Amino acid sequence: MNWEQLVKELFPEGHSVNRAGEMLRGEGKVNGATVAVIGTTDHAYIGVELALALAGEILNVIRSFPKRPILFLADTRGQRLSRRDELLGINVYLAHLSSSFALARSRRHRVIGLAYDEAVSGGFLAGGMMAEITVALPEVHVRVMDTTAMARVMRIPIERMLELERNSPVFATEAGSLHQLGGIAEIWNGNLAEHLQKVLVSPPEAVDTRAEKGYARGGRLYAAPVISRVCKHA
Amino acid sequence: MTSADISTVRRSYYEATGRQRIAALLDRDSFHEWIGPRERVTSPHLKLFDVPVSFDDGVIVGRGTLDGKRVFIVAQEGGFMGGSVGEVHGAKITGVLRRALIDRPHGVLLLLESGGVRLHEANAGLIAVSEILHALLALRAAGIPVAALIGGAYGCFGGMSIVAHCCNAIVISELGRIGLSGPEVIETVAGVEEFDSRDLALVWRTVGGKSRYLLGDASRLVPDDIPAFRAAASAALLLSRALDLENLERDHECLAVRLNFYGDCKDAEEIWSRMGIISSRQVALLDEAELVELAQSLPNRKVI
Repeated sequence: MNWEQLVKELFPEGHSVNRAGEMLRGEGKVNGATVAVIGTTDHAYIGVELALALAGEILNVIRSFPKRPILFLADTRGQRLSRRDELLGINVYLAHLSSSFALARSRRHRVIGLAYDEAVSGGFLAGGMMAEITVALPEVHVRVMDTTAMARVMRIPIERMLELERNSPVFATEAGSLHQLGGIAEIWNGNLAEHLQKVLVSPPEAVDTRAEKGYARGGRLYAAPVISRVCKHA
Repeated sequence: MTSADISTVRRSYYEATGRQRIAALLDRDSFHEWIGPRERVTSPHLKLFDVPVSFDDGVIVGRGTLDGKRVFIVAQEGGFMGGSVGEVHGAKITGVLRRALIDRPHGVLLLLESGGVRLHEANAGLIAVSEILHALLALRAAGIPVAALIGGAYGCFGGMSIVAHCCNAIVISELGRIGLSGPEVIETVAGVEEFDSRDLALVWRTVGGKSRYLLGDASRLVPDDIPAFRAAASAALLLSRALDLENLERDHECLAVRLNFYGDCKDAEEIWSRMGIISSRQVALLDEAELVELAQSLPNRKVI
């Protein structure tokens, strides 16, 4: 779904979301209250400039509108792969973006991450996955790395890679598999405005429950028990 | 040999294993491991690839003391699949960070050596890194200091490079490397013209410890020596870096200034020259203490 259609369906009461390059920003109305909207489009590669701009938008909301909910719309093909971004310390820019999300949460903003198209690696990790609750549209593609690149880096044939994507939730690229692993809390089908309203009136998730969700859904059977064993070990 | 002798013997951090680093960093015999190799908690995903498992899944976690103060410690083992983060590996680290929120130790040391997400565990590894990030930032918000130590052969790449910069402080050696996408990955995906990963001088200038220190991305530059790491780690745990609006706005301003001053530079040498370093060869030749002194004398060095 393109972002224009997406925000139209999310905010039937109206919105002012605009794009500035590959960045989305604006406000939407839900039950008369204002939600800050920040995000990316065009399967953006997240480089240093975009990471900084996104963090700046989050910090603006924290500074100017205490406790206003933030909806982060994620469409990214991952971090920009360039020597120049590495030279400037792209990991520092993404850490800054991640920290901005964490600050919003600790200052009691509801923070919802919605993956609506591509959700790949570093861009998704420091973006949508840093939300308090991450959700996805059913048609989303999730990846750790582009399939061809992954086959090349792992030195396995592309046919084998595609076979793995079909047969293993760990390698599969559709939203359902990420849900099974606990990586997303919900898949939003049908009426998007209703889904958003429901999350906004629910109590905030105080702790990260993705490992527990992955265990309950049968997708990640080791993470939750290992975390719990470390916490209880003598 | 007395303990005083041990602390003055130079010992390579780069060449040591994760277990050796822990033993030499913490107070003698103070380390207590959680889910050690005897418990054989191994990766469930590697059998798909006929890859051998490791009984600690490439990461050692536990508690001990540093200068008598209680600390939690994590050491990634680069020798096992490049220290990559899979489901079990990541859960051990997340467990330590969550436990620290409850037990409130003096601090947490992360000995990072990792290529990032373990590709053999793909989505499960990606979520695991995200869980580490969440748990780490919750600790920061609670005011418990976390220091990252980087100086191993495999560097600190992928999602773990983001983790490193969410810590209170980074201690790095000249041999340490940190970056998001490793040079080999960039070369594989974007071509050798973008990044020639075999050009070692270029790699060190781009992601090496000295370069990162000059840019302001590491709080301490130390020699490749475990006692030096130990002293710097102890000091790093005293650095406060609260997760508050004031600090993040200052970080934001510094990162914006960096793009303004150095955003069009194509090589670290250009950045150094703008900082006021006359000869870039000087950077390669200086030892750590000399480089730190030089960095502090540069009027145009814009750092966080």
